[in-house]
Amino acid sequence: MEELLRILEDMHPEVDFAEETELIDGGILDSLDIVTLITEINDCFDVSIGAGDIIPENFNSAEALYALIQRLMDEE
Amino acid sequence: MLFTSYSFPIFIAILCGLYYAVPKKFQSVLLLAASYVFYFTAGPSYPIYIFATSLTSWYAALRMGANAEAQSIWLKEHGGDLGADGKKAYKESQKRLRFGWMLACLLFNLGILGLLKYGNSFIANVNGILAAAGSGSRLSFLGLAMPMGISFYTFQAISYVIDVNRGVCKAEKSLLRFALFVSFFPQLIQGPISRYPDLSESLYAEHRFDFRDFSFGLQRILWGYFKKLVVADRILPLVKTVTQDPENYGGAYALLAMLLYTIELYADFTGGIDITIGVARLFGIRIKDNFNLPYFSTSLKEYWRRWHISMCSWFRDYLFYPLSTSKPMTRFSKFARKRLGNAVGKRLPLYIASFTVWFATGLWHGASWNFIVWGLANWAVLMISQEFEGLYARFHKRFAFASGTAYRIFTVLRTFLLVCCLNIFDCYKTLAETFGAFASIFTTTNYSAFSDASMLKLGMSRADFIIVALGSAAMLIVSLLKLGGSLRERIAQKPLALRFCLWYALFIAIIIFGAYGEGYDASQFIYNQF
Repeated sequence: MEELLRILEDMHPEVDFAEETELIDGGILDSLDIVTLITEINDCFDVSIGAGDIIPENFNSAEALYALIQRLMDEE
Repeated sequence: MLFTSYSFPIFIAILCGLYYAVPKKFQSVLLLAASYVFYFTAGPSYPIYIFATSLTSWYAALRMGANAEAQSIWLKEHGGDLGADGKKAYKESQKRLRFGWMLACLLFNLGILGLLKYGNSFIANVNGILAAAGSGSRLSFLGLAMPMGISFYTFQAISYVIDVNRGVCKAEKSLLRFALFVSFFPQLIQGPISRYPDLSESLYAEHRFDFRDFSFGLQRILWGYFKKLVVADRILPLVKTVTQDPENYGGAYALLAMLLYTIELYADFTGGIDITIGVARLFGIRIKDNFNLPYFSTSLKEYWRRWHISMCSWFRDYLFYPLSTSKPMTRFSKFARKRLGNAVGKRLPLYIASFTVWFATGLWHGASWNFIVWGLANWAVLMISQEFEGLYARFHKRFAFASGTAYRIFTVLRTFLLVCCLNIFDCYKTLAETFGAFASIFTTTNYSAFSDASMLKLGMSRADFIIVALGSAAMLIVSLLKLGGSLRERIAQKPLALRFCLWYALFIAIIIFGAYGEGYDASQFIYNQF
């Protein structure tokens, strides 16, 4: 989780990612941010986030995103 | 049958009566029959195309859904016998099967769209090349009409097929119900491109007459007609006069046409969507909004989150994300970072994916180089802005005035002007005419035309200018009031007499100031051609 928070904070230092729960619905992350984030996550966690996984429920908070990464790691 | 034709209100009135009179289980069938009648009146051959898209999408999704169900049953029964690798291999093989169905369906439907929408333009370009090469031979044009709204319903059907493949929604078992999703008539004119999970529940539900839904629907329709007939169609003659004769109408005329076109486009498109959403609501059906006060955007990036939301989110979800997260793009990203460094390597895949999306967005609007260059111009501005984001952030931090209202108004006006400049590609037929007209704004010194009566000889009288100014002011005031939440909800809480006066005044304004009847040709919606 710390690694994920580091990636997110590198992108938007002004956001409190540990608490924020509306990253998509609140317009904090846009489509370019999401693609950059996926590239970083795929590299760092050795998973493959596909276009079908890009839904607000998976990206609205760091916690939800971490749960997605865990699920993909289990599937790998 | 157009939204602006006299037969449309009669069609809606009869359909509403029947809809609430028939047994509720037949409401969907009635809407489907009405949608096909509506489409048939637009072009007798059109129903064949929309049915072909409905049938192929429904069947492909049905097969994908059946395959996914069979997979989970098989894994429950036999999964224990397989190791982790065996399960993975089985899942992969089934995934490939589903992908095959999806791909076949996409190729078929995009093939029809490509042939009907771009076939003749492609032939014209090939003939141009043949002529330039000195060849006497020419390809003959296709004698096929482009069905109304084909880009909208094809994209809607494709989104459903992809969503079923992704497991976002289940495959619809009834062809009739699915055919209604694709052909629901208020959306056939100019969208929006609804998603199956957003529309299906409300579309297939049995509806009792609900006064609130019905009155809200009527109010939205009225507001849509006000925008279309009072504002958009009064501007149209001037824009046509100026843009069809760029030789004689450059400079001040081109500037005026460019500014007025952006107001016309807003009134026309949002007005049409208001009518679409309002008509659907007469039947108790909810369609998601397609706009969120786009001309209040402070940047082009924000504008594209607020304008034509259904199309933009379609390209984002079904083209940009799949392309930028695809395996070849991921491999390319790694390669680029290794060779060109982290900063450039990280950006390149984004730029390639967004370039493709904006090229496709331009092409989606029409088979013309103007639309393609319009798309790429948007892309260029967005990417340059993206590069300067760090600088903007520092600027906002450094200067306190950048957080104030005055600066915000400045950024809204700046974005509006930028959108006006980009929209000029819509107005002219060729790139040469477009660039010539745009350049003339800065080079032709005929700005005295603003102070004499020259501007009144372009198809808009003094009265037309006053009506358009008042109509635009009304749209602006309504938009400002919407910043505080739903305006219709707030009006609904006012005394009955006040509400009646308000809606009656709007109705009378359309009757008196609307551009229709003798001397006017009720024009088609701009987005209908896409």
